[in-house]
Amino acid sequence: MAATTHTLTIPSSTRFLEDVREFVTTHATDAGFDEMVVEQLKMAVDEACTNVIEHAYSGESEQPIEIAIILSRDKMTIRIRDKGQQFNQQAYREPDLIEYAKTRKSGGFGVHIMRKLMDEVAYKTTGGYNECRMVKYLP
Amino acid sequence: MSNFSVGFRSNGTVQILDLQGELDAHTAAELEAAIQKCQKDNRVHILVNGANLMYISSAGLGVFMAYIEELRESGGDIKIAALQPKVYNVFDLLGFPMLFDIVETEEGAVSKFETASAD
Repeated sequence: MAATTHTLTIPSSTRFLEDVREFVTTHATDAGFDEMVVEQLKMAVDEACTNVIEHAYSGESEQPIEIAIILSRDKMTIRIRDKGQQFNQQAYREPDLIEYAKTRKSGGFGVHIMRKLMDEVAYKTTGGYNECRMVKYLP
Repeated sequence: MSNFSVGFRSNGTVQILDLQGELDAHTAAELEAAIQKCQKDNRVHILVNGANLMYISSAGLGVFMAYIEELRESGGDIKIAALQPKVYNVFDLLGFPMLFDIVETEEGAVSKFETASAD
């Protein structure tokens, strides 16, 4: 069976996160995921886009973020592309909640959440853009 | 137009914040402003009522993280009550019950504040 792809492109501003969540909710529900999993998918994509806005584009609000939902027989793949700064996977460390509270740190949970909620999370940079690819298998 | 709002109520010395809508990287600043206002007014016993909170991302959770130690140092606390199951799951995912008092009802949270101040 051929895969079906739905694409949404937003400017790199947090005001569009709501639209991203709606886009994911619509297609994840249509694909047959139950409500709890739809919530998880919505959150993982929100976190990925927030990271692109805040880190890859450092708060610049007019840069493109392309979100593609690719549905195949057994899984949903969500591909997020940007043209900002590359995510440094080597520098990434798992967050420690107690330590964060002590140091009044408020961010840095996004990738942790994405990895907890999705079956697969992978990053790559090719051809002038960064790509985050997340996979959830259908039940 | 933001789809998030904070309502202010009081119950004795407890400052109640009613959260409504979706809390994400765009709307987190509104929660931060509300907590800062509580601090400024010296209302450090903060009870967050999440009955109408439909969604929270890590940006929203980060606001609680950023203020909890400071509030506790000044004798206060943030207790969180009445979360919807799907929102509670997010708090749980990150281990928040280890760091915050998360209570089923607003009444339960108020009485926890009362017990704490009687100690």
